[in-house]
Amino acid sequence: MNGAPQRLLVTGSSRLRFAPHVKFRHDETRGRWVVLAPERLLLPDDQAVEILKLVDGALSVDAVIDDLARRFEAPRELIAGDVVAMLQDLADKGVLAP
Amino acid sequence: MSGDISPPLALLAELTHRCPLRCPYCSNPLELERAGAELDQASWQRVLSEAAALGVLQVHFSGGEPLVRRDLASLVRHAGSVGLYSNLITSGVLLDRARLAELVEAGLEHVQLSFQDAESAGADRVAGLAGAHDKKLSVAALVREAGLPLTVNAVMHRQNLERLPEMIDLALRLGAGRLEVAHVQYYGWALANRRALLPTEAQLERATAIVAEARLRLKGVLTIDYVVPDYYARRPKACMGGWGRQFLNISPAGKVLPCHAAESLPGFEFPSVRSTSLAEIWYRSDAFSRFRGTDWMPEPCHSCDKREIDWGGCRCQAFALTGDAARTDPACALAPDRALLDRLREADAAAPAGDFVYRQIGGAPAAASGPILAPSP
Ligand code: SF4
Ligand code: SF4
Repeated sequence: MNGAPQRLLVTGSSRLRFAPHVKFRHDETRGRWVVLAPERLLLPDDQAVEILKLVDGALSVDAVIDDLARRFEAPRELIAGDVVAMLQDLADKGVLAP
Repeated sequence: MSGDISPPLALLAELTHRCPLRCPYCSNPLELERAGAELDQASWQRVLSEAAALGVLQVHFSGGEPLVRRDLASLVRHAGSVGLYSNLITSGVLLDRARLAELVEAGLEHVQLSFQDAESAGADRVAGLAGAHDKKLSVAALVREAGLPLTVNAVMHRQNLERLPEMIDLALRLGAGRLEVAHVQYYGWALANRRALLPTEAQLERATAIVAEARLRLKGVLTIDYVVPDYYARRPKACMGGWGRQFLNISPAGKVLPCHAAESLPGFEFPSVRSTSLAEIWYRSDAFSRFRGTDWMPEPCHSCDKREIDWGGCRCQAFALTGDAARTDPACALAPDRALLDRLREADAAAPAGDFVYRQIGGAPAAASGPILAPSP
């Protein structure tokens, strides 16, 4: 088949959204956020939840990092690597899409 | 009061044991449930509501072949209405464009489609149905056209493991996001066919290397699930993520089980959704409490630092091989019964494959379900 699918490489300018049929929602029973995806169920920790709440298909990854750095008063360079690594991991798992 | 028991994450809803295929490794029990014993639509809807209230997040509609049930779409719709994420586990042969459209409209989120081989002759022989493979190919295309994510489930064994590279190519070509390379697990029908299915050590080593290479090459394109089969592993799998920790399995007749093979265990009274609530069953039934946590464990598990990683392995395998469900899973290299499993593996892998005992209503012939404690002659 043509147009073989390519790995999504996350950079500062990527604008990510949840892949179709992936749901990020609050679960009342557990009192925490969950990610429901094909054959996957993720229970992100508080830090990951703050990042995922900013995944909306419009904000660039750079803008997400800026926002987090401001709100949590953390040095940008310190969190940038972690944010990109986490988003890359989720993209590789098919949870996020361009 | 639920103490420190966490709510279940997922429900495996086995809607029926009916299936047009006859796979000799089918995980259904040897005693297949007949259509007349199945829960009706209203009961399944009530059960789905109870599951969601209990904290279940995902429901896997399975079987047998769930598409045999004409009410599947209404069950999917009900699952969505109570907040459950719906996955369909199917052989595909009963799926067509109209039926798929109905399911998509009802809110289905994902399809897991099984393949028996990478080419039709071998696949149809395993499935016991001519034309099954080609039908699956067209169904996979329909699923992708409908915009649903697709997982290819490839059950691998001695008679098709040589074609693993072709299987990976097939999954890619079909546009799957995920491939499950599932080695046969030896319970139920598969145990009756172990000699025809168990791969040799050389086959297994090659397969493991192929998967490692493909995972690197296809990172971010195709996720490959792969677990070394118990008979060649050094540690057992955390069966179902531990007994009564994450999963509920409901049989076609409404029995609630900690895993799909649990009905093979003697000395259990598995509660039914016909008479007991799911919450009562999850938090208070003897069946779910019996092997939950680590208190029940014998040595060497009880003092092992892996006990909360693999939870002592599989109870059904412990019973099938040793006759005692509470023993350490013989798949563990530390288990007192490991030598038994090694003997079985060596004898079976060296024996000619023989013929399949196909799955059928009415149970396996006596010869196929004979003593399993003794190594095969
Ligand atoms: S394993 Fe084969 S026979 Fe068993 S339910 Fe699945 S498709 Fe049907
Ligand atoms: S001894 Fe028991 S707990 Fe330890 S690795 Fe083996 S099966 Fe797991």
